[in-house]
This record gives sequence, structure tokens and C-alpha cells, in this order.
Amino acid sequence: MVVSEAASSPAASKPAALEMRGVTKRFPGVVANDHIDLDVRRGEIHALLGENGAGKTTLMNILYGLVTPDEGEILLGGKPVTIASPADAISQGISMVHQHFMLVPVLTVAENILLGEEPMANPVLMDRKAAHTRIRELGRFFGTEIDPDLRVASLSVGWQQRVEILKALYRNADILVLDEPTAVLTPQETKEIFAVLRRLTAEGTSIIFISHKLYEVLEIADRITVIRRGKVVGSRIPSETDEDDLAELMVGREVELTVDRGESHPADVTLAVAGLTVSDDRGHEVVHGLDFEVRAGEVFGIAGVAGNGQDELVEALAGLRRPAGGTVELSGRTITGASPRRLHNLRVGFVPADRHRYGLVLVFPLTDNSVLTSYYRAPYSRGLVRDADAIGRHAEQVIKDFDVRTPSPLVHASTLSGGNQQKLIVGREFFGDLRLLVLDQPTRGLDVGSIEFIHRQVIAKRDAGTAVLLISAELDEVLELSDRTAVMYRGRLVAVVDGRSATREEVGLLMATGGREGPPPIIAEGAA
Amino acid sequence: MDFILHVPVIGLLLQFIGYLVGVMTTNGSLIITLSTPIALGALCGFMNERSGVVNIGIEGMMLFAAFVGWYVAALVNGGAPTSPGPLGITFPLLVGLLAAIVAGVAVSALHAWLSITVRANQIISGTIINIEALAITGYLNLLISQNPIPSAGNFQSFHVPQGVASVPVLGWLLTTFLGHGPITLTMLVLVIVLQILLFRSRWGLRTRAAGEHPRAAETLGIDVIRLRYRNVLLGGVLAGLAGAWFTLEYIGTFQGGMTNGRGFIALAALIFGRWTPIGAFGAALVFGIADALGQAVSFNPPSGDLGAVLSGVPEQVFSALPYLVTIIVLAGVVGRSIPPAADGQPYEREAKAT
Repeated sequence: MVVSEAASSPAASKPAALEMRGVTKRFPGVVANDHIDLDVRRGEIHALLGENGAGKTTLMNILYGLVTPDEGEILLGGKPVTIASPADAISQGISMVHQHFMLVPVLTVAENILLGEEPMANPVLMDRKAAHTRIRELGRFFGTEIDPDLRVASLSVGWQQRVEILKALYRNADILVLDEPTAVLTPQETKEIFAVLRRLTAEGTSIIFISHKLYEVLEIADRITVIRRGKVVGSRIPSETDEDDLAELMVGREVELTVDRGESHPADVTLAVAGLTVSDDRGHEVVHGLDFEVRAGEVFGIAGVAGNGQDELVEALAGLRRPAGGTVELSGRTITGASPRRLHNLRVGFVPADRHRYGLVLVFPLTDNSVLTSYYRAPYSRGLVRDADAIGRHAEQVIKDFDVRTPSPLVHASTLSGGNQQKLIVGREFFGDLRLLVLDQPTRGLDVGSIEFIHRQVIAKRDAGTAVLLISAELDEVLELSDRTAVMYRGRLVAVVDGRSATREEVGLLMATGGREGPPPIIAEGAA
Repeated sequence: MDFILHVPVIGLLLQFIGYLVGVMTTNGSLIITLSTPIALGALCGFMNERSGVVNIGIEGMMLFAAFVGWYVAALVNGGAPTSPGPLGITFPLLVGLLAAIVAGVAVSALHAWLSITVRANQIISGTIINIEALAITGYLNLLISQNPIPSAGNFQSFHVPQGVASVPVLGWLLTTFLGHGPITLTMLVLVIVLQILLFRSRWGLRTRAAGEHPRAAETLGIDVIRLRYRNVLLGGVLAGLAGAWFTLEYIGTFQGGMTNGRGFIALAALIFGRWTPIGAFGAALVFGIADALGQAVSFNPPSGDLGAVLSGVPEQVFSALPYLVTIIVLAGVVGRSIPPAADGQPYEREAKAT
């Protein structure tokens, strides 16, 4: 026990609810967890911090019985236990809210909560009345009752997260693991969830909180354990640390969390969008007559909760979807509905949100991936024959300039980590002199080191006179990079604010409500 | 063109509707009988697909069960006449029924192993079962027919007493729904029981979860692999019953390929019925009506203009009616009927490092 180290914490005097000792898990070619020690006290919020692939999720999957450890032991309340399956974990009082929702969309709120722990009226049939009473009771914990008969698919993301936590409450969890619970929430929703977590710890529940948002960890945690490359590299108490210190621990070197964006010098209008209307695959209009301009040398950010028409907007601008109406002009030239190749020839770069579906061909080597948008042109191609040497040289250039960590340019793109895959795409799309850059969630799922790098590149492009359109559900990213920030809500831009003076709360509220009065809706927009 | 103009189309249509209603009311019992293998096959598919395993091998499972049930019953019977109990139940027939169920479960076990443990392509697994069933039963039947053994007969329909049957409406209802052999009666009970269990029982909830989002079910402590095995094997019981219907209830003999696509129509009924037991039964009735209509036209043709027109249509068209209805129904319904989200996706347990 490391009582002395944490003597100033109010939780210090409480007994350890959970201890993990020397936990080791090896996957082929990598040690995901290397003799990890972790102790969590009763009633504390213990944050687990680390980059992608550092081993946080593996450690938690071991605790939850989803992964079998090679070495090490787990103690609950001082007694060693074996957790071979989620059923074991649940019976020991451990619950987990997974990074990706573990909800069955077509089932009701009640059915999702009961699943696996059904109250029975008789040996065969369930006792729905008792279940509903219990769920309404638990719902009061959130200050709002929830209708147990609503289908989960119809709930907004914030309410789905509440249902996930209700699942844990229903099982009377002593230890609750939350894996990046705020990744999809607006700042307001995050605040509400934090209030619930504090109420839970006041009643003696221990919480393990996994996140990569440093300010959140500093706000909510009692203690912080940092993991890097499968090893514990340090523990901190929020009052004795700050974001820079934590980031350095996580990455192993000094990191600039907010890129110094400097002054921007917007020039002429490069992208002019007027009355742009786009329909989704089912033919429903989801982007309703957008008007906006992006000038050369500025970053125009569009923030918004995912699913408010951003995907369709991006596809329309990238030539992947025909707009239903309106016009798009690039430096005075009409490019409405232009093909991706024409856009590329007009020097438009595009970083898609889904790097596996749109950004890369995973089974191609890095060389071919580095010329996916330009392979048909000289010098990569001469007539019908491609020039492997020229492509190889280009790939090496991209790999060097954009710090893609790879053993060779000839390995398949699938062998790279997410961060390096993204750097490869950015390197390809940012290459050369660009008029316009369309960035759709350019750092989704990346760790702070890679985010820092990509953000620097965006600013460098801006300063070189490129017009940058940044669409992201990650509010911090939009606020950090944008000169002007628009908020997209239900297919409309409901507000445009100054990117430098806007606050998280201000923009977050616009994202959640679209600027209307009253609380955010429970039912998701456009749900059946 | 002139010929068509002279045919009173509206009149013919009205006559046809009248005839159809006549067939449906006077042959209600036959319709339910004919829809039995389709409904049972669809229930087999229901058990599989609701938990996330696609089963297109229902046809083969039924055929296997039909053959095994018939042959075992005949062997046990040994040619000696036995005095039948109520519903024509005899010891050899009961043993045959049991054997058919065992055969259905055995073939299902193969499908479960391939689909769940080996994580093979489930369409291929089902296709193998269909091809093998047709070939193996056909070959064995050929061998047996060189030294034919007498059949053990078949189950008989329940006879509603004359006094009750002549009561208006009630009598019709009772004869239509109860005037059947034991397998059909079992089917009717199963449809209702499974419908209730699907939405009200623990088994039903877990099955739906496993078919929609198996990972979510697993994280709540549910053993998805075991649940899928159990459901596929129970589906085998239903396929066994469906097979037994052919050789132990409807007629008392086996012919090669006698299931004649009923297993595939059952799949269509499952989709048409939106993966619910009641829905699948309703869809099976539609196919049963098409089947009964085909038979009625040849045995009891309509009179008047309609009869004249229908007599000009080749007999094969009526035999093909259930299949035509399948195509039409699927063309209209597929795409709007949404299967369980994880249907056909093998489940892999251990989470990989991310």
C-alpha cells in the first residue's frame, strides 16, 4: 500500500476495495500489461490515464473477465479472487461501462438493464412490474425518471450513457469501471454524469475512470495512475499535478497540449457554399440549405454532436455524394458535385473520418497508399505504367516529413497503429500546395502525441495560405484550431462564433440544444 | 387481344374471390395441415436466427428426419399389425417420431458445430446439409426399396364428435383447429408458447440480445456460445417434427426429395413473419392456402366462366402456386423486414488487445 504517498487525499484512510498485483498479459509480439500494480480504495474515483494502446483497456478487460491474464492476481477487499468471465465479475460486484456502448438498440431500456439479471415472476416468465419499479427508482438517482419502455435506439447518446450507468447501478456494483465515458458527450452531459459519479462514491462505490481528456481527469479523480507501454509509470494526486505533467508522463516526453496557433491572416474567399442541401441514403434531407465561406489562411471549424448532418455535408464537399441543391464554389469556380479526382486536381485535400473505410486500403503497402489520390499522374505514372521508384521516393518523403513510424514503406497499412495510419493519410493529403483542406475528425481515436503533431500541421497549412474546413465532434479540437467556429444542429448552422473567444460551455450548449431554451431532448433527433 | 377484351374480367375476379373464400372455409382444416411443415420449419429457423445463426439447411434437416423417422418406425413395426390408440398412435410410430427428432438434432449439431465453433460460413454449412440430405436419403431409399419393408402407417386426425361439430361457427372452429394429427396439434401449441416465451421469458430476452448484439450479452455474463448451441439444437427438434409430419402423419411412406422445397418456403415464411412465431405461422397459412387452392382446383374445380378459364390453365401452374406465392411475397417484403442484427455473424469470445 502506498498510503504515505497519498496521505493528503481524503480517501487515504479508507481500505482498498480492489488490488491488482503484477498483472501481465502478452499478446503475440507485444506485452500489453507488464506487471501492473493498481489499488483502488473504497469510495474513490481512480483515474487510469494512458495513450492508445498503452494497455488500459486490456487491464480493465482482465478485471472484467473478458481477457485471461498470464500472470498476477486480483484481490477484492483483501481476498484473492479468480475472475474467469463477466459473470464472475458481476457476481463479485464489478460492473463496466465500455468504450463502445454495450446496448442492444432494438430492446427497451428495461430489457437492456435487466438482461442477465432478470427478476422472475416464476421459473419461466420475467416479473416486468418489479423490474420497472426498480428502474424508475434508480432513475431518480439521475434526478430524472426514465420510461423503461422506450427503445434504446430512440435515445440520445447522453441518455444511452445514462442507461449504461443504470445497468451498473441495477447490479449494485461496488466497483464501477468507466472506459472513456465522456468521449461522446457534450460538456453539459459530462457535468451531469460527473455529478452522478460523485453521488455514487459518496455511497461507497469505487470508480475506475479511464480517459484521455486530461482536464476531466484532473476535475473528477481522487488519484491518477498513468500507464505507458503496458507499465505503470507514475501516480499523481490532482492537487499536486497539472496537464503538462500528466501529458509528459503519458507520452514519455514533453508535449504541447495546445498548439500555439499564432495569428491568422485570412485573405480571399476560397470556399463559398450557398444554399447547400444534402439528402441521406434514404432520401431524407439532412442538410438544410447551408451558407458559409472559408477564406484562404483561416481555419473554419464546424462543431456538433455526431449525426446532425456532418457526415452528409462532408461527403457532399468531398465529391462522395451529390448535393440535392445549392452551389459550392472554389475560388470562384463552381464545383458542385465535382468528382473526387477533379477536386484533387484543383488542389483540394480531404482527410476522411473513417480511415479504414475511406482513407486507406489496408492490404496495400504504404507506398501505394501514399499515392492513392495521385497515382495516375506524373511522376508516379507514365502512360499506363506506374513508376515504382517515384512512388517509393514519394512514400519515403511522406514517412519522413510526417513522422510515420514504420519498419519499412513496404509493409501493409494494416500493420500500423491508428496514429501512424492517420499520419500517413495526413501526409498524403497535406502534400504540396493546397487551396482547400477538408478535415473530418482528423484526430479521432488518436493519442495526445499524434494529436499534437497533426494540429501543428494544420496550423502550418493555414499559415501557408490554405483554407481549412475542420468538422469535428471533438469540441476541444474545434475550439483549439478554429478562427471561426460554427455549430451544426439538425442540419443547420445555428451559430457562428469567434473561435478564439468562444468558451466550451457556450458552444457545448449550442451543440446540445441548437440555441433553443430548455433542457436537451431525451429522444434523439430523427429517431424512429 | 380481341379474346381478352371479351372476357368479363371483373366478373371473373369476383368469382375467383368467391371460390377462394369457399376453399378457405371448407378446406380450413386442410390449409392448416399443409402449413404445418412450413410453420415448424419456420420455427426451427426462428430458434436459429433469433440467436444469431443463419440456417438455410432446414430443408435438408426435414428430409433427413422424414427418412429416419419413417424407416425406424417401419423397422420397429416389423410388418406386424398393431392396434392403434387414439390419434392412430402406435408404439412403432412413437419410436419413429423420436428417431426423427434425434435425426433433426443430429444434423443441427453439425450445423451448430460448423457455424458456432468452427465459425464457418453459415450459408455454406446449410447448403452442404441440403445437398447431403437429398443425396443420402435418396440413395438409402433406393437400397431399401430393393427389399421393401411395409410401412408402419401414420398418425390419424382427431375427430371432433359429430354433435359438437354440427354446432354453427364453434363446430367449424373446432374441426378446423383440432381436427388434426398429433404433430400438427403440437405445432399449434408451439406457435403460441414460443411467441409468449420470446417476449416474456428470460430465455427469450437473452436469445434476442444474442442475435442483436452478442458482445453486449457477453459483457452481462451471458454465455453466447452456449445459448446459440442450445437454440440451434432445439431448432433441430422442430425440424425433426417437421420431417416426421411428412412420413408419419401426412402420408405413411417416404419418397426421395419429398420435402419439395418446404424448408425454403419456411425460410420465406420466417422473413415474411418478421422473425416472430405468430408472424411465421400467419405466413405459413398464406402458403398453405396457395397449396390448398392448387389441390382444390384439380379435385373440385369451380363452375361457370371461372371453371372454363381455369381448365385452360395447365395443371402444373397450380402445383407451382406455393412457389409463385413465395417469390411474390418475398419480392414485396424483403428489405422492409429487418433480420436480427448479428444474424449470420460468428461470435468470437476473447477480446483482442486494442
